[in-house]
Amino acid sequence: MGSNRELRLSGTGGQGLILAGIIIADAAIRDGKNSIQSQSYGPEARGGASKAEVIINDDEIDYPKVSHPDVLLVMSQEASDKYAADLEKGGIVIADSSYVENLPEVEGAVYNLPISVTAREQVGREMVANVVALGAMARITGIVTREALTDALLSRIPPGTEELNRRALDLGWQMAEKALH
Amino acid sequence: MSNVLEMGRLMQGNEAVAEGALAAGVRFFAGYPITPSTEIAEIMSNKLPQVGGKFIQMEDEIASIAAIIGASLAGLKSLTATSGPGFSLMQENLGFAAMAEVPCVIVNVQRSGPSTGMPTAPAQGDVMQSRWGTHGDHPVIVLSPSSVREAYDLAVKSVNLAEEYRVPVILLLDEVVGHLREKVVLPAQEQIDVLNRQGPETPPESFIPYTSGAKGVPPMANFGDGYRHHVTGLAHDETGAPNNSPVVAEELIHRLHNKISDNLADIIIDDSRFLDDAEIIVLAYGSTARSARHAVKEARRQGLKAGLYRPLTLWPFPEQKVLEIAKKAKTIIVPEMNMGQYRLEVERVVGKHCQVKGVNRVHGELIKPGEIYDTILEVV
Repeated sequence: MGSNRELRLSGTGGQGLILAGIIIADAAIRDGKNSIQSQSYGPEARGGASKAEVIINDDEIDYPKVSHPDVLLVMSQEASDKYAADLEKGGIVIADSSYVENLPEVEGAVYNLPISVTAREQVGREMVANVVALGAMARITGIVTREALTDALLSRIPPGTEELNRRALDLGWQMAEKALH
Repeated sequence: MSNVLEMGRLMQGNEAVAEGALAAGVRFFAGYPITPSTEIAEIMSNKLPQVGGKFIQMEDEIASIAAIIGASLAGLKSLTATSGPGFSLMQENLGFAAMAEVPCVIVNVQRSGPSTGMPTAPAQGDVMQSRWGTHGDHPVIVLSPSSVREAYDLAVKSVNLAEEYRVPVILLLDEVVGHLREKVVLPAQEQIDVLNRQGPETPPESFIPYTSGAKGVPPMANFGDGYRHHVTGLAHDETGAPNNSPVVAEELIHRLHNKISDNLADIIIDDSRFLDDAEIIVLAYGSTARSARHAVKEARRQGLKAGLYRPLTLWPFPEQKVLEIAKKAKTIIVPEMNMGQYRLEVERVVGKHCQVKGVNRVHGELIKPGEIYDTILEVV
């Protein structure tokens, strides 16, 4: 059995979490690994709970859902209330402190990062909060390489938004860098 | 980027259906977008014009299936995609396609029902509807993939079977497979076996539209090719003209069924794991088969004699194979995201040869491997 990493990205519909999940899964393939991405969301275009899950494994991946993530991103209070308890022991939680005020106690490493606030204030677009989160997550977990992540990101965004997205990714990376030291 | 393509790329199930249909030669799509099938329409609307095809967004699903039947009669390989509520609306014309022998493919990405149910949640509640949704005795072929690559392969197969046997083919996905993204390596176009409908070998003046040809399938003349061709949902004789004769009607209905039942080896596709010495067999399809495979592997690790049988062709039902495994097994477990629709058919076929047990969830989430594994432990 190859190494198995399971991620859950959770928050509110409209935060771009499914796209973020797709980009990570894509980056993992660019890194030469096998990955699978699934999602669960409500019928609303915006609002409502939303989550994306990614499994990275070198072997055949059967069950495509994640029961106990070893990396959990929570970008709303509701998501953190709902999913914190699922964290695999010794896993990593990245919480967007812009929206998560009380993270339940977990048996793992916790990173409280101002993801949405940074996107809003330093990039000028909260829309790229998902990309800030991707940068932070990649730096903290080492789950995908920065090169693959950048390539995957640039292949899945609208033309003309490259600089905006690169900047968001870098801010997330730097934010994590600071938190790690 | 070429190295990325060789290594495989991340693709969604619905996207794979669209790509497979295009590779098999589909050049017409009419549909009405509905979650969780919308990506198929979206991709077709983008790609069909690039290959000289046509895309029409219709006013509803009744019109959508009517349009693909019309396009198919005019000679184009045709596709529509929908989910439960739309599939219900399509039933009348699905029967028309079966009766008039019009090749077409209907994709149904199942969501939780009945009625509008939970639009974004998976289910497998349309298994019996896909077989019996339209009225009257009619033949139908239903294929159900478990992975993104299989969604591609079965889309190709659906188009081929529709053309070869002149039947509506239903490609039955569930929301999990439709929305799942995974790494796939697709075959090159030249590696794909593309089948086309058999055209008439006689000149227009001696053409009789519904005379049985190879495999019981009448050669098909396309509208506009100069052949007289009457199409009706009424019982009809070989000329296509309505006919109320009991003899003619019975012959027709038998021929419609025989063209499927005489060619089962060509139509039924399946897959299995660890069947040789298996005493407990999990029979599963669609996304549920992925949970089943996980559970069976775990059971094997624990030294249990468990196996997996996975029909990719749901209808016609793989009777012979199921009976064969039932004779060797003690128990067949049938997990489904419905109340036990396919299990009923398994029970009918296996009779007293072995025990049949369902694992049934209707809560809008994929059945977990643990739920199937626990049932394996229960029956050991």
